[in-house]
Amino acid sequence: MTTKTALLRIRRGIGDSAHYEDFALPFEDGASVLDALIWLRAHRDPSLAFRYSCINANVCKECTIAIDGAVRYACTTRLAAGRPIVLDPLPGKPHLRDLVSETRPPRERLE
Amino acid sequence: MTHLDADVLVIGAGGAGMYAAIAAARAGAERVLLLDKSLVGRGGATVMAQMTVAAALAEESPDDCTLHLADTLAAGRGLCDETLAEVLCCEAPERIREMGEWQVGWARRDNGRIAQVAAPGHSRPRCCYVDFLNTGPAVAATLRRRVGRTEAIRRIGNLTATDLVVADGAVVGAVALDSAAGEPVTIAATATIIATGGLTRIYRRNSASANMGGDGYALALAAGAELVDMEFVQFFPIGHLAPRLVGMDPIMWDPFRYKLGGRLLDGAGREFLAAYGSDETTRYTTSRDLATYAITKEVAAGRGSPHGGVYLSFEHIPPGELEAAFGPVIDRLAQNGIDLARAPVEVAPIAHYQMGGIAVDARMATAVPGLYAAGEAVGGANGANRLSGNAIPEALVFGERAGRFAAAAAKLDRPNWRAGAAVEAIERIRALRDGRAGDLSAAVLLDELRGLMWDCVGPLRDTAGLDCALSRLAEMRAALPQLAVAPGPAANPSLADWFELRGSLVAAEAVAQAAAARRESRGAHQREEFPDSDPGLARSQRVTMTAAGVIVASLAA
Repeated sequence: MTTKTALLRIRRGIGDSAHYEDFALPFEDGASVLDALIWLRAHRDPSLAFRYSCINANVCKECTIAIDGAVRYACTTRLAAGRPIVLDPLPGKPHLRDLVSETRPPRERLE
Repeated sequence: MTHLDADVLVIGAGGAGMYAAIAAARAGAERVLLLDKSLVGRGGATVMAQMTVAAALAEESPDDCTLHLADTLAAGRGLCDETLAEVLCCEAPERIREMGEWQVGWARRDNGRIAQVAAPGHSRPRCCYVDFLNTGPAVAATLRRRVGRTEAIRRIGNLTATDLVVADGAVVGAVALDSAAGEPVTIAATATIIATGGLTRIYRRNSASANMGGDGYALALAAGAELVDMEFVQFFPIGHLAPRLVGMDPIMWDPFRYKLGGRLLDGAGREFLAAYGSDETTRYTTSRDLATYAITKEVAAGRGSPHGGVYLSFEHIPPGELEAAFGPVIDRLAQNGIDLARAPVEVAPIAHYQMGGIAVDARMATAVPGLYAAGEAVGGANGANRLSGNAIPEALVFGERAGRFAAAAAKLDRPNWRAGAAVEAIERIRALRDGRAGDLSAAVLLDELRGLMWDCVGPLRDTAGLDCALSRLAEMRAALPQLAVAPGPAANPSLADWFELRGSLVAAEAVAQAAAARRESRGAHQREEFPDSDPGLARSQRVTMTAAGVIVASLAA
């Protein structure tokens, strides 16, 4: 049995130091982009920043990012084998780090 | 450094926390501060609730909260705190009707009455809901709107309470990590409510939100409060297993069973619940603890489905009935390649709810002055096994009480903030946010912890596994000061993971210690070597933490 591979090109860092970093990981049928991000943080890079809360139920809407340029939920977008998927933070929101943007409503912030 | 002041501080903004904040403001608290690690009203367990909310509304048939209480006590296998269980059952109707007035949208019959369905363990149709599988999101949205309209409530997201601040034996506030900026924040509070939910995220298979790692239990223990019934973790029997399903909660199958039945079959397609003493020939009646035990035993005996669970089949239900019962959900299943009319799905137990929790009185007050708890974070009301439908009422009823009584106490008390008592917690955040070199990260240990708890402190427990878990948990706790943390304060996941791991390890050890001490099987706690309940052990167990951080569980009479 051959093991299939998924490829992710992920926006890393913040501001002028932002760049893309490529990751390859084992592909499992049916897995989501969020599954892949969680796997990468646990097994490859504990500093990889992305947001999520409900993991799979698609009720919290926190995992919204840009996937291949379109704004989508990481938890419901399926991973693909072989073809690189490009992940960016949400456009039009203040960028904090990697795939994390400021998404709190203004009245729910500290300042 | 940012400093905030509150009459009532609420930690956690799920159903219990939001209700507590609303009730505190209603009781006259002028400065209510509502925090969440995640986004306010969008994380935690409430938003995940699919369907049932139990309350003796008597809309469908005669009912009374004493009957709901009798069912709750029976499900709890002799361990419920009867005072808390009575509060839960007898105030649930008031809270459910209040949510109705706030336009939550309870499903109604053609005659306008609130629809109530029968769920296992309930002696009559008692569970209301919001269609379709939308109870949790609707409850959360309703409370979010209400919170947003309440002038006295200030809400802040992405703020994690890392430590409670204790002075002269009383909780006087908290230190929190502003995860967006990576900065410590101090909060002086006259009364503090822990509404952080449960701990099911510490299990590999779980139906939790990411922020349910049990940190509230760790905060309570460290402040000197006691935990109760921690060995009783509810494993929801029919969590989705295969085929891989995205965009739906893994506990979604229960409502299908409520409405339509649905047969549980072993790997060879045979019914098996009858062999465990549960006859489902007429309707869905098997309690969660028994179904989890039966499925786990079938799989262990080699009679499971290909992915290590059992089959759930709706093939006997006409497609028209399936569509009528679940409307748009059928389309979401189709997008995942699932056609219930043609093939079964695979299901298996999944960590779902923590019966145990912080010990409180009927005012939701702990034994530590200034400290309250609400919702799933509270232990005792559900004993050794929770009845389906009791979690949302628990969040609303206990939330309302915690807010009301905390506000009343805050009026009589005065703030007693002691900056010196917060220094250690502040310095810990500052030291970690600059990063620390090391070979091992908290993310790796969190992954290991979830596997360890599932394998050794899961649905079926034995002495060797519990001993193994306890020694490894101790090693992991000892490793905390050496773990690597990536540098950079803003939105740093490894900083958040370090605090998550610290709290989860305390919660995990509380469960494992309590499980090891209870040498019998009862409700959700099943020991291989002690398969029967011991009538002499029909009492709750307290867990405490010593000043040196040692976690102690004792069943001593």
